[in-house]
Amino acid sequence: MITVEGLTKSFGRQPVLRQLDLEVPTGSVTVIIGRSGGGKSVFLKHLVGLLHPDAGRVLVDGAEITRLRGRALDAVRRRYGVVFQGGALFDSMTCWDNVAFPLREKLRLRRAEVGKRVETALAQVGLEGVGGKNPAEISGGMRKRVAIARALVTEPEIVFFDEPTTGLDPILVNTIHRLIQGLHRKLGFTAVMVSHEIPEIFEIADTVAMLHEGRIVEVGTPAAIQASANPVVRQFIRGEPGNAEGH
Amino acid sequence: MTEPPLALALRPLDALGRSALSIVDALGRFGTFLIQALAATLTPPFKIRAFVDRINFIGYRSLLIILLTGAFTGMVLGLQIYITLSRFGSEAFLGPAVALSIIRELGPVLAALMVTGRAGSALTAEIGIMRITEQIDALTVMALNPMRYLVAPSILAGVVTFPLMTALFDVIGIFGGYLVGVELLGLSQGTYFGEMKTFVDLDDIMLGFWKSISFGIIVTWVCTYKGFHVGHGAEGVARATTQAVVMSSVLILVWDYFFGSVWR
Ligand SMILES: Nc1ncnc2c1ncn2[C@@H]1O[C@H](COP(=O)(O)OP(=O)(O)OP(=O)(O)O)[C@@H](O)[C@H]1O
Ligand SMILES: [Mg+2]
Repeated sequence: MITVEGLTKSFGRQPVLRQLDLEVPTGSVTVIIGRSGGGKSVFLKHLVGLLHPDAGRVLVDGAEITRLRGRALDAVRRRYGVVFQGGALFDSMTCWDNVAFPLREKLRLRRAEVGKRVETALAQVGLEGVGGKNPAEISGGMRKRVAIARALVTEPEIVFFDEPTTGLDPILVNTIHRLIQGLHRKLGFTAVMVSHEIPEIFEIADTVAMLHEGRIVEVGTPAAIQASANPVVRQFIRGEPGNAEGH
Repeated sequence: MTEPPLALALRPLDALGRSALSIVDALGRFGTFLIQALAATLTPPFKIRAFVDRINFIGYRSLLIILLTGAFTGMVLGLQIYITLSRFGSEAFLGPAVALSIIRELGPVLAALMVTGRAGSALTAEIGIMRITEQIDALTVMALNPMRYLVAPSILAGVVTFPLMTALFDVIGIFGGYLVGVELLGLSQGTYFGEMKTFVDLDDIMLGFWKSISFGIIVTWVCTYKGFHVGHGAEGVARATTQAVVMSSVLILVWDYFFGSVWR
């Protein structure tokens, strides 16, 4: 279980997170929705220990990762898989090596095992045969899928997705969602996913949380969120422009 | 809002104190960075492939520029020192004069400056781009220490390649002096190399050797640090690259002076 308590973060004078609270039960898929620039990526970076909060804490199965450093933090991170918003592929390596990298370096698997797993992972995201190319030589959507393959190939216990499907065509969005759903059933990982794919994510989310003005203003099942009486939530999921524009 | 006069009067002091603190803070981070990098360099697991790749990046690809600058430095020295010495009628000492200036000073320093311009800047840009495209963060969240993958191999490669580059520079430079002094200006070959053997000690060579090793550490340290702590966007990378080259070059010359004055 991931517990977030009173997470607060400002950049200079700009407050981004204000006393944010959230609980992510083990084995569930929690989707964070919210306005662009609202702090979703900043929030995820706190969960993986890349940013340190001004106040508040993040607990992963009781370990306070906002306090941990060095080896203790790495022990938690070894259970993670992370898909960055921009992919963050290693551009000095081919796509194949990118996916193989965590298997070789993090899990220290044998060569044959690495090969088998990489092939499977690339096939799952529909990228058989492009493994030999460099990240710079493939399209943005393909890069995104390589990043997903790299994050999931180690079969992590906890996965963080920062907009895994943004920039993909509608067919691929569904393919990726189905892939995540399928792997989730198989591996039972805990997932925290930032997504703008409304309404598609309602099908794969166990919980949807709306981040607005630095807090989680509403949490609930997809059905509850869709039926929410909160005007901010209603407006957001219907995509209505209006007074929430200027806060 | 109006401030009390005392607070107003103290404002410059306040600013001074703050900038002093930020300088100390930056120095602290700079030093900590080296300690962390050395820790990653000296403890297993070692990243052999990354190391070999860095040797290629820093050393092998700098060969041409080292050959060119070494040859011309030696030729310039051969000419100028010959002209100077001939005023005292002591052209016979051309060999040792060229060899000593190159081995003790110009070899290590110029080789280091050339490698900084060629490879140091590229090192900063490469690591800086990895930082702004979150590749370093990706390593970090895989529980893999980026120091071990990016910085340690570079520093180690610097320690290995800088002395080799310097040795090459020395040899080519001495040969350049030979070309001008012997082939063009008519000094005898025996004099050029014979006097060199008499006057050049192992001590001189060791001085150049240790200088080049320390330059190897300085350059890779500064350049990887600047890449790691890059600002935002392409502009940040550009600025970091410039700063890395300027700072490396200045540190090379400053360190060269102190090193030379302590070890004669
Ligand atoms: N390293 C940083 N330094 C300064 N400000 C930052 C930094 N990272 C993020 N911010 C600011 O924090 C705010 C939230 O950014 P964030 O990237 O979390 O948005 P987001 O919700 O992920 O948006 P999107 O949906 O467009 O990805 C933005 O206003 C941004 O300017
Ligand atoms: Mg984002």
